[in-house]
Amino acid sequence: MATFGTLSDRLTQTFSALRTKGKLSPADVDGTVREIRRALLDADVALPVVKDFTGRVRERALGDEVNKALNPAQQVVKIVNDELVTILGGEQRRLQFAKSGPTVIMLAGLQGAGKTTLAGKLAKWLKNDGHTPMLVAADLQRPNAVQQLQVVGEQAGASVYAPEPGNGVGDPVRVAKDAMKVARDKQHDVVIVDTAGRLGVDAELMKQAASIRKAVDPDEVLFVIDAMIGQDAVATAQAFQEGVDFTGVVLSKLDGDARGGAALSVASVTGRPIMFASTGEGLDDFEPFHPDRMASRILDL
Amino acid sequence: FTTPVVDDEMWDDLEAALIGADFGPDLTDEILDHLRSEVDRLRITDPADVKRLLRETIEERLAAHDPTLRLSERPAVVLVVGVNGVGKTTTIGKFAKFLTGYQRSVVVGAADTFRAAAVDQLATWAERAGAGVVRPQQQGQDPASVAYQTVERAIADGTDIAIIDTAGRLQTKAGLMDELAKVRRVVEKLAPIAEVLLVLDGTTGQNGVAQAQAFIEHAGVTGLVITKLDGSAKGGFVLRVQQQTGIPIKLIGQGEGIGDLTGFTPHVFAQSLVP
Ligand SMILES: Nc1nc2c(ncn2[C@@H]2O[C@H](COP(=O)(O)OP(=O)(O)OP(=O)(O)O)[C@@H](O)[C@H]2O)c(=O)[nH]1
Ligand SMILES: Nc1nc2c(ncn2[C@@H]2O[C@H](COP(=O)(O)OP(=O)(O)OP(=O)(O)O)[C@@H](O)[C@H]2O)c(=O)[nH]1
Ligand SMILES: [K+]
Ligand SMILES: [Mg+2]
Ligand SMILES: [Mg+2]
Repeated sequence: MATFGTLSDRLTQTFSALRTKGKLSPADVDGTVREIRRALLDADVALPVVKDFTGRVRERALGDEVNKALNPAQQVVKIVNDELVTILGGEQRRLQFAKSGPTVIMLAGLQGAGKTTLAGKLAKWLKNDGHTPMLVAADLQRPNAVQQLQVVGEQAGASVYAPEPGNGVGDPVRVAKDAMKVARDKQHDVVIVDTAGRLGVDAELMKQAASIRKAVDPDEVLFVIDAMIGQDAVATAQAFQEGVDFTGVVLSKLDGDARGGAALSVASVTGRPIMFASTGEGLDDFEPFHPDRMASRILDL
Repeated sequence: FTTPVVDDEMWDDLEAALIGADFGPDLTDEILDHLRSEVDRLRITDPADVKRLLRETIEERLAAHDPTLRLSERPAVVLVVGVNGVGKTTTIGKFAKFLTGYQRSVVVGAADTFRAAAVDQLATWAERAGAGVVRPQQQGQDPASVAYQTVERAIADGTDIAIIDTAGRLQTKAGLMDELAKVRRVVEKLAPIAEVLLVLDGTTGQNGVAQAQAFIEHAGVTGLVITKLDGSAKGGFVLRVQQQTGIPIKLIGQGEGIGDLTGFTPHVFAQSLVP
């Protein structure tokens, strides 16, 4: 680790007072753990996740690997970083493609998270990779969501299946079901289903999402979550896991300066891999998720 | 409460509640320190009283600023700003409906000329609200000129209120923040701006404070709108925002329907923050 920012500085300070004393006592480690806890809370990591995490770090910090280290502060930072990277996914997972028939990717998440934009991003990326994606307009609720998908589809050079006008007109489950037949007929090898934003507490809309899922039997259900979200990330992720059971996570709006503690919350609570990072409004602003970069970002290293 | 007496467990519970409501670690400590000294001073022994005191403390802090909207100029020009996807366009639809319900004439300006179908989305809301709409004359038109034309039209038609929608932008994007300053300058050639409303997503965490600071600096924010409070998020970060910036919360969004907008009531908000 080359550069140390605020948390590392604080930890080094905490430790410099202890340097001469030899073995660290639990009380010494507690001061360190408090600093880590504060850094994680400032980064919006959910409290239960912070508790779990600091508990594990505390245990390791009391062990030999720290006490025998030349620089205990750096050793603790390394432990924190390693633990974070492990939770955030270590190895990054790729999209799962269907063995036969079209690969179906369904998008789900809160209102305004970045689903429709992501549909365009995925389509463009897959198209450049030689696929023939079709976008499906199954958000028939948000005003002009259908037009929005048509525009991003055009920008991505992908076709859009949009048989209903939306704005409250049409049945999204029906559209999703019909889309599968259209995709087979027109030989699209990937189908990307855009859905309406919904709250975790909205049981009715969550049921609708489950019905859409059932209608298209997706290979991937991607849960799109805004990197700026706070402590509610856990409740929302759990509600979507129970409601639609997503297979992967996409973290959006990472082009801003939010520390993105939600990444840690969602990954540790749901156990689902974070697969992509969305980093802008343009259709090319999209990349595979890097756990190590995210760990540094959360800790402000 | 899990404990019948004021003990460490009770304080831990309170801390978890405040952190969980997105007050952030610093403000949580500050509030709990204050509360501890009050509990000592007043010799409080019942956790229910502690909780009541906490709610009152929060309510008092929330109520420290005047939430009244200033819309007396004619036309009253309202500029709506914020980061991506927080609910600006939807809020404009609801607000326009609220105003037309009070027999005010309203025109909305589609100065988000960037996002796919943003103009159509605003036009749909305008229609629902019974408001006029000014659209860009060409694709990708300068937002400042659409804003200018909106106010121009309001003046020409004698419309009471002109509300201008802007594209979402992250506060870290200098060029886009400068664009907002330009929208302001251009509009002010025609009429003073009555309100600049910053829309904050109620699900946001501590980044909300950075958003507010940047938009205040570049767009001269006069009021906050907190949206998506119909979900499980509490929006405690807005207390930090209000305290640090002195800008009052003026409107609350609680749903996707046209009627889901209310004024800000500190008592109600405090109640939902500490149930
Ligand atoms: N800066 C930034 N903006 C983004 C990103 N992804 C999406 N956006 C913007 O966020 C806003 C909302 O994006 P949408 O794609 O409409 O979000 P959605 O989840 O489909 O929203 P609903 O359909 O209303 O639930 C738009 O202004 C997008 O341009 C991102 O990675 N970075
Ligand atoms: N549940 C809920 N959803 C809301 C609320 N306000 C807005 N939304 C939804 O949030 C999503 C984004 O709303 P928009 O009004 O498009 O947000 P915006 O800030 O104009 O977005 P951009 O222009 O893309 O930056 C839409 O799906 C809205 O229906 C609210 O108070 N509650
Ligand atoms: K709420
Ligand atoms: Mg959408
Ligand atoms: Mg908008």
